[in-house]
Amino acid sequence: MTSPAATPSLSNALGPVVLSAGPPIESRAGGGFVVELEAFSGPLDLLLHLLREEQLEIADIPIARIADQFLGAIHELGLNQAADYLEMASRLVRLKAQMLLPRADGEAWEDPRAELVRRLLEYQQIKEISYWMAGAVERRALRFARGYLPEPPELPPPPLTLDLLELLTAVERVVSGILHPVLHSVVARPLDVEGATRRLQALLDEQDEFSWSEALGPHPTISDVLSVLLALLELARRGRCSLTQPAAFSPLVIRRESSLPAA
Amino acid sequence: MNPLCQLLEAALFAAARPVTAEELVTLDPDASLDDVRAALEQLREHYDFDGHGVEMIELAGGYQILSRPAFAAAIERAQLNTRQPRLTAAMLETLAVIAYRQPVGRAEIEEIRGVSASGVLRALQERGLIEVTGRSEGLGRPLLYGTTPLFLELLGLADLANLPKTEELSIALQPPKPEPIGPDDAAAYVAADA
Repeated sequence: MTSPAATPSLSNALGPVVLSAGPPIESRAGGGFVVELEAFSGPLDLLLHLLREEQLEIADIPIARIADQFLGAIHELGLNQAADYLEMASRLVRLKAQMLLPRADGEAWEDPRAELVRRLLEYQQIKEISYWMAGAVERRALRFARGYLPEPPELPPPPLTLDLLELLTAVERVVSGILHPVLHSVVARPLDVEGATRRLQALLDEQDEFSWSEALGPHPTISDVLSVLLALLELARRGRCSLTQPAAFSPLVIRRESSLPAA
Repeated sequence: MNPLCQLLEAALFAAARPVTAEELVTLDPDASLDDVRAALEQLREHYDFDGHGVEMIELAGGYQILSRPAFAAAIERAQLNTRQPRLTAAMLETLAVIAYRQPVGRAEIEEIRGVSASGVLRALQERGLIEVTGRSEGLGRPLLYGTTPLFLELLGLADLANLPKTEELSIALQPPKPEPIGPDDAAAYVAADA
């Protein structure tokens, strides 16, 4: 059983979180990042992660530095193909340019970062709520209701790795446990559709019309019945005969197609 | 336990979902809503103080008898019941936005999360956690989403008011540094944007 504190996302749900939650990022020897794409749920998430790594205040983002890091990170992560991340990248680059514009002393200045800061704080709040909700789901999952049938988790079956020898050994082990094993030897009984077709063709040559039981002949086996059925369907498909059933549940009547003369 | 209490226990045992007090009143023509509420309270105390493996929980606007968390591990080990598959981070974030902003359209969800939301919205709808509650009057009359009773059930909440208050969160929207503004203004800042 997993205790709530066992997973990183849930431990965050338990206490106040100030830029402490986030997916693990491992530093490689080369200083690059090794991260799964799923580790971040969006560009804001990645941006928050970068700010956290550098221990930077959201309210006072050094745009030039973080823009470069963001571009570097999405390049490293192979996210530079994803539209959502590209949009954020272009936004950051634009902000970087705006921050470089000279401004006169004393002049009223609107911080171009304000909108980004607001979005980051808002997103961070949503993220904190989502951690709380994950914790709530986890706590609720510890209580089972009567007659409550949750959908089984969709897990792929584990790959079956065993060779023929292991399989045979397993079979022997099972069989050896049985006192009087009744072993059937299974033999293939191929259907003789060709033979049935020849016989039916002969019947069609002799008679304009005959019944299902005549088609089967005396004492048919299961494979005879199946062979005749398949042969009949094939002959009907080729237009050699027609199959009719005069009434519901009445015997099948096989009739030679009138266009074909009797031999 | 009095007969009404026993009747309610039987009904809650038989139901496979939380049952509201209003539904429970229909079980006994002689009982009033107050009688039912009092009996439910008695039933809850009975489970809590007489040492039972189950307890009565207020959930999604109703009442349900659930096993106590302490026995979850043993029940799962014996494979008598299993937990639901987990929600992804994207699902939880989207649910958080919808829970607090409902009714809310896709555009606003995407604006807050900074990513496309259509796939996540479909997945949440398929799991019955959100539903379309109407259409916005805005351009294109986009669909508006809200949470379902199943969402409350999944989180173990009696109703939406049990979600944490935004001002109680450690990251309540703080004013940006360059232009300090009060916390009330910060809230208004978000509200105006909503």
